Amino acid sequence: MNARAILALAAKDLKLFFADKRALFFLTLTPIVIGAFFGYLFSGNGSEKRVKIPVAIVDEDGSAVSKGVLDGLAKDEALQVSGIPRKDALDAVRKGKITVGVVLPKGFGDASARALFGGAAKPELELFYDPSHWGEMGMVRGLLTQHVMEAVSREAFSGSAGRKALEDSMAAVGNSTSLGGEDKKSLSEMLQGIARWQDRQEAAKATGEKLPAGGMSVPFTTKEEAVTSGSGVRYNGYSHSFAGMGLQFILFAAIDFGVAILLEKKQGLWKRFRSAPISRFTLLAGRAVSSATIALYCLAATFGVGMLVFGIRLHGSVVGFVGLCAASALMASTFGLMLAALGRTPNATRGIAILAVLLLVMLGGGWVPSFIFPAWMQTATLVIPTRWAVDGFDGVTWRGSGLQETLPAIGVLLGFTLLFGGLTLWRFRWEED
Amino acid sequence: MLARTWKCGGHVLKALGLKKSFGATKAVDGVSLTLEPGRILGLLGPNGAGKTTTVSMLSGLLVPDEGEVRVQGRPLAGDADPGKRLMGLVPQEIALYDELSARDNLTLFGSLYGLEGRRLKEAMASSLAFVGLSDKVKDKVKTYSGGMKRRLNLAAGLLHDPPILLLDEPTVGVDPQSRNAIFENLEALKALGKAMLYTTHYMEEAERLCDHLVIVDHGKVIAEGTLQELQRKIPKANRLLLELEKPDGRLHLEEVRALRGVMGADLAENALTVTVEDLATGLPALLQWLDGRGITCTRLSSERAGLEEIFLTLTGTQLRDA
Repeated sequence: MNARAILALAAKDLKLFFADKRALFFLTLTPIVIGAFFGYLFSGNGSEKRVKIPVAIVDEDGSAVSKGVLDGLAKDEALQVSGIPRKDALDAVRKGKITVGVVLPKGFGDASARALFGGAAKPELELFYDPSHWGEMGMVRGLLTQHVMEAVSREAFSGSAGRKALEDSMAAVGNSTSLGGEDKKSLSEMLQGIARWQDRQEAAKATGEKLPAGGMSVPFTTKEEAVTSGSGVRYNGYSHSFAGMGLQFILFAAIDFGVAILLEKKQGLWKRFRSAPISRFTLLAGRAVSSATIALYCLAATFGVGMLVFGIRLHGSVVGFVGLCAASALMASTFGLMLAALGRTPNATRGIAILAVLLLVMLGGGWVPSFIFPAWMQTATLVIPTRWAVDGFDGVTWRGSGLQETLPAIGVLLGFTLLFGGLTLWRFRWEED
Repeated sequence: MLARTWKCGGHVLKALGLKKSFGATKAVDGVSLTLEPGRILGLLGPNGAGKTTTVSMLSGLLVPDEGEVRVQGRPLAGDADPGKRLMGLVPQEIALYDELSARDNLTLFGSLYGLEGRRLKEAMASSLAFVGLSDKVKDKVKTYSGGMKRRLNLAAGLLHDPPILLLDEPTVGVDPQSRNAIFENLEALKALGKAMLYTTHYMEEAERLCDHLVIVDHGKVIAEGTLQELQRKIPKANRLLLELEKPDGRLHLEEVRALRGVMGADLAENALTVTVEDLATGLPALLQWLDGRGITCTRLSSERAGLEEIFLTLTGTQLRDA
């Protein structure tokens, strides 16, 4: 190994890189701009106020139950509810203005109360939704269940529709041939108890006495807290997006380095290098050093601005963070060398390599967090180096991972460095006439 | 100044039976040659003859399938062989970084040969002065003319002051003035005792510069020697120069070229140049043909075959068209 030659080769690349103002601008500012955009999206737009899901309720029943459902949904902070006709609701969903439309059909109130007490047929709620908001559909379904249960049970225990449903249910129990004697007795006593409750509600209305509201409600409340590196430490969406974009752009820089080697071969520069008394390892190491240095610069600039302007903090191991940066830079530099080894022409290599980098970053969770992926993809993407890098950076920033927790990611990245470097040494075309 | 190369009294580089194939193609098939101090060896041949492959093997870029390269009597082996320090390669391409200055380019190339500090500065100053680019040291190469780039390309090969120079078509695409400047550089290097290999398509360059010529075709050496020795090998080859009186449309070159014993013919205004294999048979046939067309010859002279004719005789192809 010839350290002087390695440094001279690396210094040449750094001079060329910093002399090219356009490349410098691209590699310094672009990851910050794109990272800021994604970070803004994933940080909840920078405010505590959540975006409400637009929901249309088509009340074709007009009963006390359906009105209760409508009122309950309208009061929910997660939803923005509008009561409109079916045709308008369908049209609004199709146009993407409404995420979910819910139709409360005629007779819903009566049928739901009867279904609550006995084996009567359950009324059907019709839901139509925007397929691009599948995740939000699940949330609306959950909230709808809650508010329907509350409205139906309230009416069943204290409303006029509930009285009729109760009488029908008691009659049905009395006439039932499938229930045994003891079961009939227990059910009848329960229904009679509810009937007495309803009588007291009616009497209280007449005298103005205040009784607790009837019906069922969700038997718990929630206290929500985002789990980050510590109590009171807020999640910063920029941490993730800056890691993703930093990685994407060091890989783009690596493409430029790989393609530059192919161009140097075409220009005869490689002949000059190869005719000098230096080893092949020295030649490749010179390139790897400069490429890794520029990758480190890119990561430092991206995270530096992220920390100064966007509030990214290292809540985990600082040594782990430095290790991740170094391992990512080495991985990227050997990735560039591998491109030079496997590529034939500069243009063709650049096209294929850009596609490869976009896939690496996308599947590595650089654009959107990998927990959004299907389960099989979350497992499959563990073979991708960028996945380990992104998860590692998430760990040392907002998750607060220590060095020990970060070492596996660093190890995997160094493993990929060896793999790419080995492939380069194996496949590099040294002998070209 | 560049150092005067020691006179070792013998060869400094010797290639013995070099062979190299790429797949089924034999690029070089048994080429042997010797470089000696203070002498320029011209390696001639059409495109694809194996010249560049030969240079690549001599400079250590390619490993021969068979044969060996000896530098100062030691076989060249491995990428980091110290014998490579004794050689300077001037590739056919302008192998320089356009975006860097001459100084930055030479600093890089010097570092590859272990030059640093004052030695590097002196080497840079010396090689740039030699090619007349001292005042351009800070300028980016992209601001240079084509001729200046060629000269800097030469300076980069000379930087570590090697006793052996391998020059692969170093004057391609340069103007006559720059070409002359490079010739003067090479003649000066020869006077300093450098051993040089020179590949070219330009016969007049080889005739002017080279002490010894090796002609290759299809990877094999088909002739070698000094120009005089090569001329002696084909003693009958002659060039006839005729001045014609108003040939107008009566002279058809393809008919002249088809005459028995005629190897080539060119017409420039009234001047007809004809190369014949044998003056005794070619000249009468030509004069008879001219007489038959009613074309009058006002002046006739002949001269010995040049390198172009020698090459044509040996390979059957014009060197520049090959």
